[in-house]
Amino acid sequence: MQDFSTAFSLAFSLIFNADADLIEIIGLSLSVSFSAVLFSVIIGFPLGAVTAVVRFPGRQVLAIILNALMGLPPVVVGLLVYLVISRAGPLGWLNLLYSPTAMIIAQTILITPIIAALTRQVIEDLHKEYEEQLRSFCVPVPRVVMTLIWDARYSLLTVVLAGFGRAIAEVGAVIVVGGNIDHLTRVMTTAIALETSKGDLALALALGIILLVLALSINAAAYILRGSAQRSAYA
Amino acid sequence: MPDINRQSLPLLPLVVQNLSYRVGQKRLLDNINATINSTGVTVVLGANGAGKSLFVRLLHGLLKSDLHAIKWNGRVQDLATRKRQALVFQKPVLLRRSVSANIEFVLKKSLFKPRNANFIQQRDAVLHEAGLFEQRNQPARLLSGGEQQRLALARALATQPEVLILDEPTASLDAATTYQIETRLEQARDQRIKIFLVTHDIAQARRLADDVMFMHGGRLIEHAPANVFFNQPSSEQAKAYLEGRLLF
Repeated sequence: MQDFSTAFSLAFSLIFNADADLIEIIGLSLSVSFSAVLFSVIIGFPLGAVTAVVRFPGRQVLAIILNALMGLPPVVVGLLVYLVISRAGPLGWLNLLYSPTAMIIAQTILITPIIAALTRQVIEDLHKEYEEQLRSFCVPVPRVVMTLIWDARYSLLTVVLAGFGRAIAEVGAVIVVGGNIDHLTRVMTTAIALETSKGDLALALALGIILLVLALSINAAAYILRGSAQRSAYA
Repeated sequence: MPDINRQSLPLLPLVVQNLSYRVGQKRLLDNINATINSTGVTVVLGANGAGKSLFVRLLHGLLKSDLHAIKWNGRVQDLATRKRQALVFQKPVLLRRSVSANIEFVLKKSLFKPRNANFIQQRDAVLHEAGLFEQRNQPARLLSGGEQQRLALARALATQPEVLILDEPTASLDAATTYQIETRLEQARDQRIKIFLVTHDIAQARRLADDVMFMHGGRLIEHAPANVFFNQPSSEQAKAYLEGRLLF
């Protein structure tokens, strides 16, 4: 028990004194996950929306694949990315292994299917409502897609959050391709794993608390935003 | 062969020939034939399930029929003809945006066109005409039912259609709002916009119709000028409908 209380008080002192290492780790975590979410949104929104709106052969198959890929095991993604960017891999010459870029790539692959599959569901529901009206206005397909994405923006915010939650909390992919190198690729989850195994519970706990607070506050912000959007009938 | 894309050539006459529509084995529209050459208001009248909504959706091209069953001035229904028409639904489909953004949506021809003074002026004129200028910044879906339908009608008219199709636009509105909508339709008629109005409301048909297409059970029973139809309906079904008897 003594250990735990010491760990907790140490953790809080790290947080309140804004420990440099702690700040660095949090900063890298956020920048890697935000970047991954950004790229996933750029790919996933249009991909999901097009799958929802355009009738093409293989549409159902694509929808099923996207749904299935939502459950991709992070370590497997990490392994695949590792194989591609390791020295002997096809993109080895880019020297990406054990860099934040490699971590962003792995997380992007991990969460793009989540963003795309959830976007497809959201857009499909809205399209049911809008379809006849948009066809009546003779709106071309690219503008239909843009219109639906814009009008579903508040629901899509939840989708983005689901992706962000998955990215910031996963450890398997980033540890394989990032390597958990101090001051270079150490993020919150990999640091927690390492410090726990070393028995240094204070830093692990401090990071764990921050991770929880982050997750809670981002979700709370989204909840409030969505609530106000619903009140103005935009969601 | 006339080129209907040229704005100078009207969409009318509309010729409907042997128009049928079936889903599976069920025949929902049965061999409809009609020629409509007059501007003014054509009321498509009939009970629920008569096939009225289906008929106007086919006219507008939202549903596919036999290629040659519907011809606008000799040309089959396609994107070019649909662009010159507008449809107002019974339940208005409004974008999840402000009132003015709903109008902007149809005024904007391309996504990236800048909003110049002319554009703003045009938009505000539409809003004033619909009596919705004060509410322009409100979310469209928070308007009252009647205001929503007025917005939907204003938005449809903002596309400057030559043919305006309305599918029971006042079915769920009160008398005052119905009056506002009907007044706007009369103005549109005076601007020589051809109107197809689907309704089951006999009183409304009497107020607005120049000619009446009476449908029952997926068939066009009667198509006649309004005064003829209301004074001397030629079919038993139309007589029964006008007398308020139940039709099965």
